[in-house]
Amino acid sequence: MADWINTIIQGILIGGLYAMFAVGLALIFGVMKLVNIAHGDLIVLSAYVALIVTQSLGLNPLVSLVFVVPIMGLIGYILQRGLFNRTIGNDLLPPLLVSFGLSVIIQNGLLELFSADNRRLLAGPIEVATIKFSDAINVGVLPLLQFVLAVLVIGGLQALMFRTAIGRSFRAVSDDPRIAQLMGLNNRHIFGLAMALSLAVVALAGVLLAIRANFDPATGPTRLIFGFEAVIIGGLSSFWGTLVGGVILGVVQAIAATIDPGLQILAGHLAFLLVLAFRPQGLFGRVA
Amino acid sequence: MAQGKWSLSSPTAISRRRAVQGLALAGAGAIAAPALIGRALAASRTIKLGFVSPESGPIASFGSADEFILAGVRKAIGDGIIVGGVKYPVEILVRDSQSNPSRAAEVAAELITKEKIDLMLASSTADTVNPVADQCEVNGVPCITTDTPWDAFFFGRGGDPAKGFDWTYHFFWGVGQIVETFTGLWNAIETNKTVGALWSNDSDGVAVSNPVHGLPPGFIKAGFKLIDAGLFTPLSNDFTAQITKLKAEKCDIVTGVFLPPDFATFWAQCAQQGFKPKAVTVAKALLFPASVEALGDRGVGLSSEEWWSPDHPFKSGLTGQSAAELCADFTKATGKQWVQPIGFKHALLEVALDVLKRTKNVDDPGSIMESIAATDYQSIVGPVSWKKGPVKNCTTTPLVGGQWVKGKTSKYDIQIVNNAAYPGIATVGKFQPIAYGS
Repeated sequence: MADWINTIIQGILIGGLYAMFAVGLALIFGVMKLVNIAHGDLIVLSAYVALIVTQSLGLNPLVSLVFVVPIMGLIGYILQRGLFNRTIGNDLLPPLLVSFGLSVIIQNGLLELFSADNRRLLAGPIEVATIKFSDAINVGVLPLLQFVLAVLVIGGLQALMFRTAIGRSFRAVSDDPRIAQLMGLNNRHIFGLAMALSLAVVALAGVLLAIRANFDPATGPTRLIFGFEAVIIGGLSSFWGTLVGGVILGVVQAIAATIDPGLQILAGHLAFLLVLAFRPQGLFGRVA
Repeated sequence: MAQGKWSLSSPTAISRRRAVQGLALAGAGAIAAPALIGRALAASRTIKLGFVSPESGPIASFGSADEFILAGVRKAIGDGIIVGGVKYPVEILVRDSQSNPSRAAEVAAELITKEKIDLMLASSTADTVNPVADQCEVNGVPCITTDTPWDAFFFGRGGDPAKGFDWTYHFFWGVGQIVETFTGLWNAIETNKTVGALWSNDSDGVAVSNPVHGLPPGFIKAGFKLIDAGLFTPLSNDFTAQITKLKAEKCDIVTGVFLPPDFATFWAQCAQQGFKPKAVTVAKALLFPASVEALGDRGVGLSSEEWWSPDHPFKSGLTGQSAAELCADFTKATGKQWVQPIGFKHALLEVALDVLKRTKNVDDPGSIMESIAATDYQSIVGPVSWKKGPVKNCTTTPLVGGQWVKGKTSKYDIQIVNNAAYPGIATVGKFQPIAYGS
């Protein structure tokens, strides 16, 4: 029994990881209907940025966030203004293809610069620190921190979206870009800010992933798939939905793995397909 | 001019070649018998070797030494090698498998049909080697491969020990040697002889976990109790279920096949879940210093198969360099610590050159095959001879057991602690149980 509780707790905590991958995607999709295939590679890119920062300044990876988050935010803004804005229009396809190209460029660029070696950010004792409830129930400090941060980020984004002027602008350009522009909003700038915000979250996700597991230039896409699934289960542009989606994925995988490790990933994909089949708009999606 | 390029890979390749090259070469080449043309102009042509290896993608670390090794071998070849009294220039055509089996098959097909290579070489994991070898078998092109357990190469391609393959030969260690080496390590320390195993769900993991040909029966026969936690999908985020199982069964030993990132995730979760096995001996994940550095000091005490090291008492038959000299050169050229594939990448090329030098008629693939089968060569990874293989097409190279320790010149070093499967290689240290702080 205690084993099962432990399994489910770990599954929920993994959900925090997936949600962290997903929420940046949901933000971008919500504001500008851009499916960012390069999202996973940007996560890996931010891990490498953190690697450089930690190695050159000798900082703990968690402290390095002070640098990595703004750097990635800036990259996001430049990327949007310089690249994605040129492709955004009525058609979903061009920006998607451009992001696919960006993904290839980032992977190969990183391979040239950093070689294929596995890297990890060494954060010291916190990596393996654990809160012991009983022999069977142990909660790792890092996964817990990750989950709490995911909740905070999502809560923060939710508040930003619905309580602030910039959030109102995001929603306005999302609802109708033409009217928003007529009302005096600079859509290009708003899109840039949205991408900057998305990459700031990416930076956080990247650093946490890099403390948790090894990364190399090719890690992005495999890690991203669960982010995508979490977004879709949750309902495309709902922030809290991504958390629920992530937790559902995490728990389903954990339970399936206990039955048979071979089922772990399959069960997650099946849960995703079920949602897609019976509730294509996602659990919290607005019906269009 | 164009005719000179005809070589003799196979009848199927020729018909395809016509289709691909179309009018440009259709003239003389397609009408005349290709065999005659190939033979007549042989002396003026270049011998072409295909070299497929993962240089990008998730298993790119296996190909990280390629450039260095190729440079050294190209230098040793110089302006050519002598085959049957005639000097031929040698061209090595390198292709990146991108760590992807489909891509590996694609580049192999291209090397065969477009480049018309004389001999195919492929290395590093069954995901690279098997698709390339399959292409060669279908097209009748001689092929030598290495750097994946021979069981994965042979049984992974549906090989029948009674028949074997016609065109594809492989040298590397196999599952039997792993059993001997790993159990040798575990017997050196006090344990409850309960082994927990996890397998990566990829070509190597599936082959090695096979209940008939794989490791499980070997461990059981050696007197260990096996708790099989099954296959897991590569790049998993969560190993709680498996760890819970191993913990419940009180496993003192953990083994299996992991990719480095998976092992890092698994090992961190073991610590978080309070699971502290005495020995962790896993294949594939702990081969590279970079993977161990990524674990930090928690990597010290972990153990792994060791296929090759500077301490191996072998010399290159091509350059005369010893294993230690080749590693030192690598560090000098790249600024990086030596890695195990160095030896095998070099060996693959030197074996290929040895085969070609002994070939009677390089324009006849059958003649190259005869030469491969007759190989009896002292390489930098030890003796290679297909006359003594466990099955037709496969021969084994020495395997020993290594344990990671704090290094003297580098952060962490792997040292030889068990030579049960090949006593000719001396051990450097003694196997120790993993030390857990506090």
